[in-house]
Formats: sequence, C-alpha cells, structure tokens
Amino acid sequence: MTSVAISDLSLSFGPVEVLKSLNLEVEEGEFVVLLGPSGCGKSTLLNCIAGLLDVTAGQIFIDGKNVTWEEPKDRGIGMVFQSYALYPQMSVEKNLSFGLRVAGLPKNEIIERVSRAAEILQIEPLLKRKPGALSGGQRQRVAIGRALVRDVNVFLFDEPLSNLDAKLRTDLRVELKRLHQRLGNTMIYVTHDQIEALTLADRIAIMKDGLIQQFDSPSNIYNNPHNRFVAGFIGSPGMNFLQGALVSEAGQWFFNAEGLRVPLSDYRFVHPPQEGQAVEFGLRPEHIVVGDASTTQPVTMQVDTELVEPMGADTVLWTNVAGHALTIRTDSESNVKTGDNINIGFNTARVSIFSENGERV
Amino acid sequence: MSNNLTNQQAPASEATGRQRRHPLLRNLSAKIAAIPMVLVTLVGFVGCSVWSIVYSFTSSKSLPRETFVGLKQYDRLFDSSRWQASVENVAIYGVCSLVFSLGVGFLLAVAMDQKIRFENTFRTIFLYPFALSFIVTGLVWQWLLNGDFGIAQVIRDIGFTNFEFNILSDREYSIYAIVIAGLWQGTGFVMALMLAGLRGIDQDIWKAARVDGIPAWRTYLFIVIPMMKPVFITTLVIIASGIVKVFDLVVALTDGGPGVSSELPAKYVYDWMFGRGNLGQALAASTVMLSTVLIILIPWAYLEYSQKKDATHG
Repeated sequence: MTSVAISDLSLSFGPVEVLKSLNLEVEEGEFVVLLGPSGCGKSTLLNCIAGLLDVTAGQIFIDGKNVTWEEPKDRGIGMVFQSYALYPQMSVEKNLSFGLRVAGLPKNEIIERVSRAAEILQIEPLLKRKPGALSGGQRQRVAIGRALVRDVNVFLFDEPLSNLDAKLRTDLRVELKRLHQRLGNTMIYVTHDQIEALTLADRIAIMKDGLIQQFDSPSNIYNNPHNRFVAGFIGSPGMNFLQGALVSEAGQWFFNAEGLRVPLSDYRFVHPPQEGQAVEFGLRPEHIVVGDASTTQPVTMQVDTELVEPMGADTVLWTNVAGHALTIRTDSESNVKTGDNINIGFNTARVSIFSENGERV
Repeated sequence: MSNNLTNQQAPASEATGRQRRHPLLRNLSAKIAAIPMVLVTLVGFVGCSVWSIVYSFTSSKSLPRETFVGLKQYDRLFDSSRWQASVENVAIYGVCSLVFSLGVGFLLAVAMDQKIRFENTFRTIFLYPFALSFIVTGLVWQWLLNGDFGIAQVIRDIGFTNFEFNILSDREYSIYAIVIAGLWQGTGFVMALMLAGLRGIDQDIWKAARVDGIPAWRTYLFIVIPMMKPVFITTLVIIASGIVKVFDLVVALTDGGPGVSSELPAKYVYDWMFGRGNLGQALAASTVMLSTVLIILIPWAYLEYSQKKDATHG
C-alpha cells in the first residue's frame, strides 16, 4: 500500500524553480532516503511533504488522503530537524508533551505516550532535564521522541545526524535502523551523506536540480546507476570515468580509448549501442582486482602506480594506464609501492557505460 | 643611600623572578589599559555619589558647605507637595512606559516578522522618532496636543464641532501627555530590539511548533518569549534607565505644569540645584532617587548572579 505519494509536484521561489514536476511513491513501512548535493531540493521536498512550504503545483497524498493544502499537524506526520529544534526553556518531558497538551489529549494518554517514547529511546533519566543540559546525541533522541509521541504513520527526518560527531553519527544511525525495524513506520530521510543513505534506506531517491535522478534500492543505485550523475555521486573514492568510443569488431563490442581497448563481452547494454558512439566508461575502484588474482578476471591490463594511500582497512592506489587516471581500492594486505607496475583485472559485467548525454548505454 | 636601596631591592626582584609573578603584575598591560575606566568609575560614579550623599545632610545653598543638619533636608523633601507629585508621576510614567513600550514594541516586532512587504519602510518609520531629541519630541507633541489648534482642531474640522481634547492643560491628565510622547519616541527602538531577538530564533523551532500543531500565539507565548529572555532584560534596563532620567521631555512639553501636575524627580533635582540654589535639597532628592534604584537593582542583580552561580555548579 502506498503511504506517501507525490504527483507532479512543482515549487518555485519567484523565478527559481526548485522542484520540477516531481513524482515519488513511498510504500507503507518503507525507509526512503532523499540523497543529493546541497541545493538539489531534497530538504525543500521534505518541507513540502510536511506542509511547511506551500507548493506551486501538484499534489501530495499521505495514507491515501490528499493533504496538499492541509496544515502540518493534520497530515499525520512527525518531523525531526537537523538543529533538533527543541524548545530550550522546557524540560525534556514538556518538550515531548507540549504538542499533545495543546491538542487537548487526556492526561493519562499523554503520560502513557511520553513514557513509551522515553522507554523506546532510553531517555527516561533525562525527562526532568532541559535541552541545554543534554549532549547532541541526547538532544536528537528527544527530537525523535517528539515525533514519536505524535503517534503518526510517517516520520520525516531532515538531516538529523549532520550536527553530530562521526562516532555518534554511526551509533545513532544504527539506532535509527533499529527504531525503524521496531516501529515499522514509513520514514523519509534527507541526507547528503551517502553512507547514511546506503546503510539506512530500503530505497534511495537521488536528486539533482529539483528532479529525482534514480529511485531504487541501494544495491541497484550502487551497481546499476541510471546515469552519469548517480554513478559519480555514489561511491568513495568516486567511480573512474574514461572517455572513449564504442566500436564493434566481428559482432563483439569494444570500448576504445587512447591506448586502451576493452572487450565488452559481459556488459549488458540497456540501449542498443552504435558504432563509434562517444561514451564514458565507468569503473568502480573497488571492482578492480590487483595482483595474482587479477588473472582470473575477464579483462586484464598493467598499470603504473603513482600514489599509495593507506586508509587502514583498505588502501587506495592512484594509478595511470595509457595516460588515463585510474583509482583502485584494494585491501591493506597488498604490498604495492609507489612506482610499481602492477597487474589489474576486472569484469565488464560490473562496469557502467554512459552516453554523451549522461544516460546509461 | 642609593646603594642601600638597590641592595634591598635586589633579593626581592630575584624572588619574584624565580617564583610565580605577583598576581598584581599578571596581565599588566590589560590592567594599565583599564586604569582610566577604573578611575572614571571610582571618581565619577562612586566618588560623586558619595559626595552627593554626604552633602545631602548639609544645609548647603548655592555652594557646598559642611554644616551638617541631619535629616532636615529629607524632612523638607518628603513634606514638599511638589516632590510627592513628582514621585507619583514617575510611578505613572514608569509603569505606563514599561508596559506599553514593551507590549506595543513586541507586538510591532511580531507584525514586522510576518514577512510583510515594505518591511524596511515600516521599520524606518517606527524607528525614526528615536533619532529625535526629547526636546524636539516635546515640542512636536506640545503642538499636536494643543487643545486649540492641534489634533483636537483637526477632529473639530472634520465635523465633530464639540470635540474637546486638551490634556496638556488638565491637572489630572497632563502626565499622560508625557507618557504618550515618551512612548512615541521609545517604542520604535524597543521594536527594533525585539525584532532582532525574533530574528535570532531558529526557523526550525517554528517549523517544529507547526508540526506539533501549536498555534502561533502559544508558540510566541510559551516558546519564543522565554527564548528571548536576554533581549527582554536588555530592553528592560534601557527603558528603566530612561524612566529614571526623563527630564528634557517634561521641560519641552509641559515644563511640569499645569501647576506641579507633571513634575518629575529629575526636574526637581535640577530646579533646586540650579534654579533655586539649594544644593542640599537637590542632593537629598537625588539620594532618594539613587536609593530607590538600588533597592530595585540589588535584589535583582543578586538573584541573577546567584542563579548563574548555581547553574555553573550544577
């Protein structure tokens, strides 16, 4: 069942079109992440869903109800903000209960909901404190609690972990995932952090310039990017892109670049390729095998190592093949040194090829 | 002799060199820089206040004389009907300007914060009176409130021929003319302070309140105003000091009249000191003013300070 549906949503601030006739359907209980660079409209989209911004055109449905012009409180949503947005002069308990009391809920119901949220988020010892006396992680828990007590079906998160330090962010990320498993609510989550997106999401919507570029499962986003932007945005270090052209020889397609010829026997074309078509050949650094194991790969070649970056768990090699820069991610066991000429291999089933207009070929 | 001195000093300077420097010598340049201000405070504020208090117990006339007469000046002060009227008036003026300039200033700021058009224009209009001196404000309002050809005449010209509005010559209400002029001048400034405070509130707070379904007035009352406490305290201090020292406005607008119906304490002090050559009486009045301020200020400062101490300890 569809939980949140957005059809042809547009939003303009004066002459600036922030969202351009955007469509999105989120299933019930799904964890959807809106991911994109800053200024892509992901937070704007979330604010539209929440009802904090008036849309220019289009409709928003939540749980089958058209809420395009409803007040935020009537949409059945709870929201968590990057800056926590707690009410600083109220205790944690009052922060959680204020909205409920304004709504006129019976007292025992309020107490019940607050204590349940506090139990789920393990903030019971903090209930009497004020937000100023809490750490960043605790504050964000309270902010989540404020969404929780509203007893709604849809949770919206606007970069909730961006203000936390790296360690806390990882911890809270895991907790958010657990929370989602326990509650089973629909969650829409905005972030610019791809690790957060890949780890949390059931489906990721990659956004750019007010449009969704690809809306897919994390593994599809990673392995099967629909266009050049998605391919380049996901992955760290980023995908290698080689400029070249497609040529065919005896019914076999090849990627041809200066001093380089890669047979594309395992690549599954989405669109029929054309002879001489200018393309970009995308290869993820972690899909390249180094050393003896490379001989088992369908495509092998030799590269010159220019720089070695040990990163603990793995090592990044900056290499050069026939004038093309190639980044390789390998495990830290490999003893490659700067200046080494090494054997590499990869499988063209795992590469992505994009035409000049950025679409996957 | 000089030999003797250097011999004595040498071990002392050696000692300070080896041990930690004397606390008075730490941050020496900062302390030197602070000396002028310390002197101004000690001589100008503390010294002159003490001098005033001392001479308020003398029978000084035009020039200070050390003829101590005990509380006689105070006896005379509190018996004076003009002083009594002044105290009553400053209470009326104080309460009215506190309540209305805070209230109206805040409401204006809220109105300005609704993303209205021409906000800059309105802000300039409201803030403009603050750029005028009290003398100008007083004169303008003297004309406006004049019963024969001010606002009253305009309303009569419209057609309400029997309209009478002449608070300037009314013993009962002349102080309210000063209140009106004072509010006209000061409210815009309060609005500017409040607007700055409102703009300092994180927009996410508003969004969170909207998602929570909290109506705007409750958000202001229970969330935004408590968050603006520092702004309110600053504003309060500025308004309060304005109340205590209000002087030129009265001189320009009513000159204390009719009779003594719009006299204020600061004007009382001035008149006795410079007009009537009675230093002792003027200083007694100013001492009463000072102690009133201190009576209000000290418990409040103590409360604020002790709260902060508790907070850091907790």
